Amino acid sequence: MTNALLSKFILKHRRTDFPEFRPGDTIRVHVKIKEGDKERIQIFEGTLIARNNIGMGETITVRKVSFSQGVERIFPLHAKLIDHIDIVRTGRVRRAKLYYLRGLRGKAARLKERT
Amino acid sequence: MSPGILGKKIGMTQVFRPDGQAVPVTLLKAGPCTVVQRKTPNSDGYNAVQLGLLEFIKPARINKPLTGHLKKAGTDGARFLREFALRPGDDDFKPGDQVLVDQFKPKDMVDVIGVSKGRGFAGVVKRHHFRGGEGSHGSMFHRAPGSIGASSFPSRVVPGMRMGGHMGDARVTVRNLEIIDVVAEDNVLVVKGAVPGPNGGYVIVQRAKR
Repeated sequence: MTNALLSKFILKHRRTDFPEFRPGDTIRVHVKIKEGDKERIQIFEGTLIARNNIGMGETITVRKVSFSQGVERIFPLHAKLIDHIDIVRTGRVRRAKLYYLRGLRGKAARLKERT
Repeated sequence: MSPGILGKKIGMTQVFRPDGQAVPVTLLKAGPCTVVQRKTPNSDGYNAVQLGLLEFIKPARINKPLTGHLKKAGTDGARFLREFALRPGDDDFKPGDQVLVDQFKPKDMVDVIGVSKGRGFAGVVKRHHFRGGEGSHGSMFHRAPGSIGASSFPSRVVPGMRMGGHMGDARVTVRNLEIIDVVAEDNVLVVKGAVPGPNGGYVIVQRAKR
């Protein structure tokens, strides 16, 4: 549906330096944080539970449980905010949005490794 | 330096500046254009160029007078013709000259003129941003315009009263849009912000007047 020139423009501008990851994977997002004029990198590790939007506005939702408190962060994927992403482990899931994980905790919230 | 270029709206997306700021952008397919006529004070009483957007059009769709007019500039298929006033400092053009997107560079400011999307007969809430009434709680006043004036004096509605009516499908100018990028190979102009009209609508891109 999208215009050919528009898709070409998006393909040129989107970031391609990420490894291929899917919902269910546990990833480590290295986020650039600016403090005054210094820049440092903070790591956010968790399960990828959703990829939203297409094109330049694509975002990923990463969920982790920190001190028994669920924390989710939404990252714009193509912004320069993310330094890089590592895949920690893969997960086998049967849907694209893993919002059901929010209702599960501990052992029940584990995902099987993808083979 | 050309005073402007003709184009077509492709669609919107976003890009990121080097400092990470997200910028909403509209892509325009601008040109290639050809100069169809050069109007001079001697012949026409004013200084202008008429540009034509080169785009495929069935020859049968162009009437005979226009075919002859286009032939003088050596073209046979221009779908969209518009004039640009020439200001001091602009290059001179001859009929048949090409105008391409490389006339523009990032950080230039442009005005974009298009025809806005038609909204048909729109009520006052959509057309004039009236607030309307409550939806529920026994309110019997929802999206109606309310009072339009006093009674026996002045016994008429004052001119200019905002009411429902036809909205959109009008010429709209958006001033001072920044050019973010120019993709010369695809004739694409990347402009910051929104541009009037639907995707595929024709637009006039002019150098910003102020």
